[in-house]
Amino acid sequence: MPGVWDEMFAPDGSVRPHWQSFSRMLAQLGAHGMQDNSATIARLLRDHGVTYNVFQDTGAAGRPWFLDAMPLLVSSGDFAVVERGLQQRIRLLRAIMADVYGLQRLIKESWVPPRLLFANPGYLRQVQDVNLEDDGLCNVATDLVRGADGNWVALADRCQMPGGLGYALENRIVLSQAFPQEFKQCRVQRLASFFERERDIFREMASAHRKTPNVVMVTPGPHHRSYFEHAFKARYLGFPLVEGADLTVRDTRLFMKTLEGLRQVDVLIRRVEDVSCDTLELDPASWSGVPGLLEAWRNGRVRIANPVGSGVMEAAAWLPFLPNLCRQLLGEELLIPSVPTWWCGQASVLAEVMKEPRRWVFKKAYCGSDTPAQSTAALEEKSLKALLAEVRADPEAWVAQEALVLSQAPFWTGSQLEPRSFVWRAFVCGTAHESHVMPGGLGRVSPSSEGFLVSMVAGALSKDVWVISDEEVALKSLLVDRAEALRVSRPPGDVASRIADHLFWLGRYAERMEQTTRLLRMLSKRLGGEGGELQMHELRDGLRLAQEVKLLDERLDVTGALALVHQEIKDLMDNPKRVDGVADLLGKLRYNAAAARDRLSDDTWRLFNQLQEEVSAPLTHAGAYGITAKLDRIILDMAAFSGMQSENMVQGHGWRFLELGRRIERGSASATFLQAAVHLCEENETVLVPLLEIFDSTMTYRRHHFAKPKLLQVLDLLMLHAANPRSLAFQLEAIHQQARLLPQGSSLSGAATALEAVEMMLRHLRQIDLPALECDALRFEVLRQSCEEFINHFESLSHQLTEDYFSHATRRSR
Amino acid sequence: MRFQVIHRTLCRYDSPVSVCHYHAKLTPRRLPNQECPWHEITIRPEPLHRYHRHDAYGNAITYFEIEGSHEELEVISRCYIHVKANPGVDAAATPPWESVRDACQSSQWSAATMAAEFVCDSPLIHPSQEMREYALRSFTPARPVLEAALDLNHRIFTDFTFDPTATNVATPIEESWKKKRGVCQDYAQVMIACLRGVGLPARYVSGYLETLPPPGQQKLIGADASHAWLSLWCGEEWGWMDLDPTNDLMPSLRHITLAWGRDFSDVSPLRGVTLGAGNQQIIVAVDVSPDE
Repeated sequence: MPGVWDEMFAPDGSVRPHWQSFSRMLAQLGAHGMQDNSATIARLLRDHGVTYNVFQDTGAAGRPWFLDAMPLLVSSGDFAVVERGLQQRIRLLRAIMADVYGLQRLIKESWVPPRLLFANPGYLRQVQDVNLEDDGLCNVATDLVRGADGNWVALADRCQMPGGLGYALENRIVLSQAFPQEFKQCRVQRLASFFERERDIFREMASAHRKTPNVVMVTPGPHHRSYFEHAFKARYLGFPLVEGADLTVRDTRLFMKTLEGLRQVDVLIRRVEDVSCDTLELDPASWSGVPGLLEAWRNGRVRIANPVGSGVMEAAAWLPFLPNLCRQLLGEELLIPSVPTWWCGQASVLAEVMKEPRRWVFKKAYCGSDTPAQSTAALEEKSLKALLAEVRADPEAWVAQEALVLSQAPFWTGSQLEPRSFVWRAFVCGTAHESHVMPGGLGRVSPSSEGFLVSMVAGALSKDVWVISDEEVALKSLLVDRAEALRVSRPPGDVASRIADHLFWLGRYAERMEQTTRLLRMLSKRLGGEGGELQMHELRDGLRLAQEVKLLDERLDVTGALALVHQEIKDLMDNPKRVDGVADLLGKLRYNAAAARDRLSDDTWRLFNQLQEEVSAPLTHAGAYGITAKLDRIILDMAAFSGMQSENMVQGHGWRFLELGRRIERGSASATFLQAAVHLCEENETVLVPLLEIFDSTMTYRRHHFAKPKLLQVLDLLMLHAANPRSLAFQLEAIHQQARLLPQGSSLSGAATALEAVEMMLRHLRQIDLPALECDALRFEVLRQSCEEFINHFESLSHQLTEDYFSHATRRSR
Repeated sequence: MRFQVIHRTLCRYDSPVSVCHYHAKLTPRRLPNQECPWHEITIRPEPLHRYHRHDAYGNAITYFEIEGSHEELEVISRCYIHVKANPGVDAAATPPWESVRDACQSSQWSAATMAAEFVCDSPLIHPSQEMREYALRSFTPARPVLEAALDLNHRIFTDFTFDPTATNVATPIEESWKKKRGVCQDYAQVMIACLRGVGLPARYVSGYLETLPPPGQQKLIGADASHAWLSLWCGEEWGWMDLDPTNDLMPSLRHITLAWGRDFSDVSPLRGVTLGAGNQQIIVAVDVSPDE
């Protein structure tokens, strides 16, 4: 295409020098090789659970992330230009921001029209008295595009909480795995040292402050569209990820609420919008804020990266004034020009813009608006008129930007390469004294070949950016020493109360999922097969068991209505509205897992993704067999999860609450099943076979008794047998063991109360004398009552833990 | 005039609160015509931490935190105030309103620059086309700015009905505009929107007003209220002029100024966040009495 810069090919059709090595390898790889790579990429992204907009409030999964199999290569010469330009740009943005919230020379010396600042909703008066000279922007992301002449120009700056860094890193990890050879041979510059510098910057900010500093990252939570990135980056850098509710301000100091009490925070890396940071001084309706945070910040007790009020710099309205501001504030010429932009807030400018309205892309002048950029070139006359009227009505709120023809980057469509418009989001981190540009970044290409560029929210596709080095590249990844990072920055007791709460419920729901699926499988197995009288009896008793534990409606008459039973089981598996059904439990599991994401391993996350796929997959076989087969797979996954829990997690306080949740749930469910079974046994003992199945104890029983199950023997195995991991006794012993290691809790007596409660239950269990009950006419009643008491005790223990450990972290939902 | 003011706020929570953080803007401003020889804020339960500072508009802020379970919070602000009469103003002598508007539009630094902030939209005030047109009926070409503003002041007083049941503190001005009803906060914010709509700088003022008992009756304690009005910038020579559309007058001896800002959100007298509270009941009583 004439008048368009092609990233890969020179105008004469030859491959540009920095692409040559990669292009040769591409030829060797061929279309099939690329297809394989695409498949690998898709699988890796899914395994890592990369999503955008991970969780809505409903707990439904977000849109999967898409990464193009073709990287975008940038030559070292180009990168050097961009690097110098962006290092200057962050200095400039810091200088402007310090002036905005300080002396305001930019207004007093008429460098910008006063209304440019005053009409900017990102300009927070609450920040006016904070000294930002040394405490300015730490992270900036700039969207770069390349015009027809091959020069890079800046399209926009992201300053509040620049997004995309975590995705860029994830893209790199995935693409370097899909192209291991190519990646090495092309001498692609590594990203790790950039993150190391960033981590050092945060640590230095903290250590200037206190000797044993504490850095945390705050996120709005799992419902935020970039939550994946928050969790990923926090883990990569080795800082705890918290939510507003985990933090509190006392005596103008910021603290994190942990299981062992309050722990002071020195540096807050925020992924929460400006206006949501402090519910006292800013948006009172925000869930993410910490009341008093600004007061703590103003008093110099905590540092915030990026500073609250950074949103003021995110305005497109600044762009036309940057060259002059750069001269005035830095005494330098601006190195990377911006896309030609006009702020409509000046009457003369507005008049100029209106002369040739079709030349422009109209954009909102300030951040915080959802209105997308509007290109006028292809707009119908009527829509153009409406747009121009909107601009005239409130000209300060708009900028006109020249419509650039963007450079074209090769994109892998699945079968061939196709040129697509390209934007490069480049990342910079810095302090007053130094700054670093990430050698790479987040590339975006338009979703269609005609497409004008759009944002990630609107469905653009991502691309890894490879900066090709002229020299050999040293290997480095922070992921390798992540364990080290964790040890250094996170002492074992340092668990946010809210995280402990989520882990506790993760344990409970995981166990409930196991119980439910085992119960459903016990039923579905008896729906198919050859039938027979015994099977029908067991099915009948199994159904009554399910009704006793309230999984099936008591009024449902199932005798003889197999189709209805079949329907009910399917509904319990697929219908997310069925409380405690499989789909509902999975949603709750994933919600709690996501909220504690930085505590769970990659494998655990992969397992949850697999589980999600299995639950939503169609049945492989018709009829009951298909259901059984599906339940088999889910049960195996849940077993794998509990295996990971016991083998792959550090057994600190976080793990302790996961374990307690699981044991309390299993204990409570066991007591419920046993109670129901005792009740049914008054009539007939056929219920014992399905009961043993639910407890996964069929084999154990056979090994012990070689005979048809008898109530007392079954009860002995399921209640009192301390070596059976499914027995009530086992759960109580396990809870007892953990209760002794609990931290003090907020009431200071939490550990002691929990321990007392579980010891009382253990004494109660030991008093049950089954052989003595054998000749007692009232044995059923006694057993039923004991089970009832256990159920109540387990629930009150759960409440107790909630009161003592989680309640000072106010909870929104589980 | 000398006044003694007692402003008492009581918050009753329906479940105990463990921690709370508050901002109070209850300290009267020092002005050429207003002196405050003595002021004190008492808080019950006693806050663990309490700090004073000033906000971006020079209003005094008292920040406090209370830790420990409590079901009631009481904040009492007491002060002595001397208010001097404003010199009379010849509204017809003020400059044409367009010149004030244009001064604020200028890119060059001048006294108008700082007033220009109060022309822009603010968190609660976004003038509509309709409000702009309403205002323009007073702001006829070349009319002296204060004369036109007094006319607008009078029209809002006439067209609106004072009705405490129609709105509350959270009512958006679009709604009070549509209903043509409300209290002083609505009157002031609507008028500010009209003035900004035509490009003039106007700010929101919070304070107290001494009310007079009906003839022959004794004044009831606590019957006075927090009051709100506005201030219009009338050009470099005249500066900021107060207008009270709720009472159709220019404040003089009976208005006591606490704080000003772009709209109510900048001056809210008591703002807090509590942890653990369900609903809360707030009782406010203000008493402005002449000090002999």
